[in-house]
Amino acid sequence: MELNSKIPAGPLSEKWTKYKAEQKLVNPANKRKLDIIVIGTGLAGASAAASFGEMGFNVKVFCIQDSPRRAHSIAAQGGINAAKNYPNDGDSIQRLFNDTIKGGDYRAREANVYRLAEVSNNIIDQCVAQGVPFARDYSGLLANRSFGGAQVSRTFYAKGQTGQQLLLGAYGALSKEIEKGTVKMYARREMMDLVVVDGRARGVIVRNLVTGELERYSAHAVVVASGGYGRVFFLSTNAMSSNGSAAWQCYKKGACMANPCFTQIHPTCIPVHGDYQSKLTLMSESLRNDGRIWVPKDAEKARLLREGKIKATDIPEEERDYYLERRYPSFGNLVPRDVASRAAKERCDAGYGVNNTGRAVYLDFKEAIQRLGRQAVEEKYGNLFEMYERIVDENPYVTPMMIYPAVHYTMGGLWVDYELQTTVKGLFAAGEANFSDHGANRLGASALMQGLSDGYFVLPYTMQNYLADQINVPHISTDLPQFEEAENAVRQKITRILSINGDTTVDMIHRRLGHIMWEKVGMSRTEQSLKEAIEEIKELRAEFWQKVKVPNVEGMNTELEKALRVADFLEMGELIARDALMRNESCGGHFRAEYQTPDGEAKRDDEHYAFVAAYEFQGVDNEPILHKEDLKFENVELKQRNYK
Amino acid sequence: MNIKLKIWRQQSAAAKGKFVEYQLNDVPAEASFLEMLDILNEQLVLKGEDPVTFDHDCREGICGACGLYINGHPHGRFKNTTTCQLHMRKFKDGDTITVEPWRSEVFPIIKDLMVDRSALDKLIQAGGYISVHTGGVPDANAIPINKHDADLAMDAAACIGCGACVAACKNGSAMLFVGAKVSQFALLPQGQVEWADRVQKMVARMDELGFGSCSNTYACQAECPKGISVTNIARMNRQFLAAKIVEPLEK
Repeated sequence: MELNSKIPAGPLSEKWTKYKAEQKLVNPANKRKLDIIVIGTGLAGASAAASFGEMGFNVKVFCIQDSPRRAHSIAAQGGINAAKNYPNDGDSIQRLFNDTIKGGDYRAREANVYRLAEVSNNIIDQCVAQGVPFARDYSGLLANRSFGGAQVSRTFYAKGQTGQQLLLGAYGALSKEIEKGTVKMYARREMMDLVVVDGRARGVIVRNLVTGELERYSAHAVVVASGGYGRVFFLSTNAMSSNGSAAWQCYKKGACMANPCFTQIHPTCIPVHGDYQSKLTLMSESLRNDGRIWVPKDAEKARLLREGKIKATDIPEEERDYYLERRYPSFGNLVPRDVASRAAKERCDAGYGVNNTGRAVYLDFKEAIQRLGRQAVEEKYGNLFEMYERIVDENPYVTPMMIYPAVHYTMGGLWVDYELQTTVKGLFAAGEANFSDHGANRLGASALMQGLSDGYFVLPYTMQNYLADQINVPHISTDLPQFEEAENAVRQKITRILSINGDTTVDMIHRRLGHIMWEKVGMSRTEQSLKEAIEEIKELRAEFWQKVKVPNVEGMNTELEKALRVADFLEMGELIARDALMRNESCGGHFRAEYQTPDGEAKRDDEHYAFVAAYEFQGVDNEPILHKEDLKFENVELKQRNYK
Repeated sequence: MNIKLKIWRQQSAAAKGKFVEYQLNDVPAEASFLEMLDILNEQLVLKGEDPVTFDHDCREGICGACGLYINGHPHGRFKNTTTCQLHMRKFKDGDTITVEPWRSEVFPIIKDLMVDRSALDKLIQAGGYISVHTGGVPDANAIPINKHDADLAMDAAACIGCGACVAACKNGSAMLFVGAKVSQFALLPQGQVEWADRVQKMVARMDELGFGSCSNTYACQAECPKGISVTNIARMNRQFLAAKIVEPLEK
C-alpha cells in the first residue's frame, strides 16, 4: 500500500485556493442521483451532512443517541479558536498555523494545518449567521479569551457551553435539511461494519438499538465522523457512549489507523474518587486564564493536607509552589495541555500531591477574585464552579479547586489524505475520528475548530471531487453479496458474545483494561511498561471472549452495546501500545520516559521519527504493517518547543 | 448507605409495566445517581437478570440524554440539577427512592426508564433555526449585537432538550422548550428575517404532535435543570400574536 497524501503543489498559503480552483464539480442534476452516508452527528458529522444536503446530495445520517443534538461535541466547554485578530493583539492565519504546528510538537501535516487556520475565520462568520450566541462585550462586538499554547486571545466562546452552542447551530442546519427531505436521519443506530464493494466504500451495516435488528444502508460514499477512542482508558472525560468502533471497523476493512498512541491527557479534570466511578469531569482550560495552579512547597505540608489535618487555605502565600509559573515564566499557567499534565504528575510523583489520594493539585482563584471581584469571576466561570461544587461538595470561591489530568481526546485516528479520504476509496473521516491536524498534541479550543472546518468547509469540496467520477454509478443495491457477508459476520459476532454467559460483566473487564492503559500506556510510558501492556491486553482479550456475561434479551440490550464496544477497545489498546513502543522519542502527548531532556521536557527525534505512523490491519492476532508518511516541514523550523 | 429502590420496569412500548423493588446496600455517598444505578445493574447482570435500561451519555449535565422522575420530580427535587449531576449524598441511609420514566403521551416508553423524545427534534425541524446555507455569510462582527440581548439569547439557548418541562407539565405542553428556541432567535438580529414564519410553524407543529396547551402553572420553569425562564414563553406568545396579525401563514 502506498500512502499518497495528495498535497497540492505550490506555496503553503495558496494550496487550498489552488485545490478549490482545480477540483472537479458535480452539477445539480447529478447531485440528486448520488447518496452519501454520514456516521455521527457531532460538529463534523452534523455540519458535513447539513452542507451535503444543501448542495443537493441525498444524505443518510446516523447517530447512536436518541437525537443528533446529543453527540459529545456538546460537552466542549471553553471555546473555539479563529485567527480573526479582533482584539488587535498580533494574530494572523500564519500565527495560528505556527501555534498549532508547534503545539502539536511538529507531528502534523503542514498543508492541513494551514488550511485549518485559513478557514477558521469562516467558521466564526458561519456560526454567528446561524444565531450562535457567542459572548460579546459592551460595544456589541465579539469577545475573546486566551487558551493554552497561545500568547494571543483568539478563542471565541459562549459562556462555558461553547460546544453546545456550536453543535446546536449545526443541529439547526441539519434539522433544516431533514425538514426539506435532503437528509434522512437515523437515530439510535450504531455502525457495526463498513461494506466495501470492488475496493470502494459503498455502505454500512448498522444495529437498530431499539429493535436489535441489523439494517443495511448503501451510498456512493461514506463519511465516518464518529469521534475518538479515549474510552479505551475506561475513565475519561468522554461520554458513556463515545467509542472508537465505527473507525475500528473501517480499519479492519482496509483503512489505515494513524498515530494511535497520540492520546491527550487533559490537565484540569476533577480527580478520581472511587472504583464505582463511571467517568471523569473536565474543568475547562479557560479556567487557566485566571486560576493559578499550585502545590505546597513543603512535602510535609502536603502530607498533612492529604490526611485532612490542615486545609489548603491554611497554607500561606510564601509556602505555595506555583510550579507552572516557576518552570514556564513566559506562558505560566497557559502552557499546552501535555506540558501542564506532565508537570502535575511530576509534582504528585515527587510527593507534593494533595487530596486523600495524593493525585491532585490546586487550581486557585483567590488572586482573580481579589483582582476582578467575585461577580466578574462568577460571570466568566459560574457554571463551571457550580458543576465542581455539585461533584466535590466544596465551594471553589472559598477553597481552591482540586484537579488532576485525565484522558480527554485522541489526536490519532483514521489516516486521511489532504481530501480527508482514507486508504479505502470513497471512505472519508472527519473530526476527531481522523488524525490529520493536531499532531502529537491538540491545543485547547482547536477541536471545535477542526470539526467544523472538516464538515462545513473541507468535505463539501473534496467530496464533490470524488463523486464527480461516480455520476454514472446507479444507486447501490443492498442485496449485493458484500452486504450479505458483512451482515452475517456481525450477526455471528453478536451470537458469539451472547453465548459466552460467563461470570464477569463488561464493565469489570473494561475497568481492568483502563487500569492497564492508564498505568502502562498513560502519561508516561517506557519500553518495559508497553511490552507488559501488550501481553496483559492480549490476556484480558482472551478472558473477555471466555468469561463475559451479557444478558440474552430481545430488542434493546444496553449490555450488548457495551460488550461490542469493549471487544473493540481490547484490540485498540494493543495497537496504541504497539505504536507507543515503536516511537522511540517523546513528543506532545506521547511521553516515553527514556527520551527526555535533562529538565524533564519531551525530547523529539526528528531525524528518525518525523513521520506519521499508519497501520494496516493484518488480523487481530497478527502484527499490523507499519506505513510511514514522512512529514516535510518547509515553512516552519523544527525546534524544541519552548514555553519558558 | 443502604437504600430501597422502587423502579418502573417495562419490557417494551407494548408491554405492561410495573414497579419492582430492589434493596441496594453500601452505596457510596460520593457516587452520582446514575453510578448508583450502574452498581444495581452490575448486580442484576451477575444474577442473570435484565439490567434497568435508562438513557444517559455525557454525565456532566449538558447532553440532555438522562432524565428520570425521582420521588415525583423530573431530575429529582434539587434546583438546576440534571439526573446525572444528582449525587447520593443528597439522600439518607434507609431512604426509599421511586424512579419512573418521563410521563407524557408524546414520549412513549421504549423500555423501562427510556422514552422516545423524537417529538422534540420534530419541533426544531419545523423552524428552530436560521435558514442560512454554508458559506457566503457576512463577517461575524458586521452586525453588533447589544450585550444584554446577546446574554438573554444565550440564557434561552442553554436548553438541553431533556424534556423535563414536558414531563413536569400536567398538560404535557412543550411551551418552554419552543419558547426558548423562538426567544433565542427573536433576540438576535439574524433571527428577524424569518421571525413570523418560525413562531407560527413551531406552534402549529406542537399541536400536530399532540403536545398540550399551557395553563401557566410554571411547573416547567420550576423543574428545568437549566433554569430556563417562563419569560421566554411570554416572548413567544407576543411574537405569535404579532405574526398572526402582520404575516399570517397561509392555511
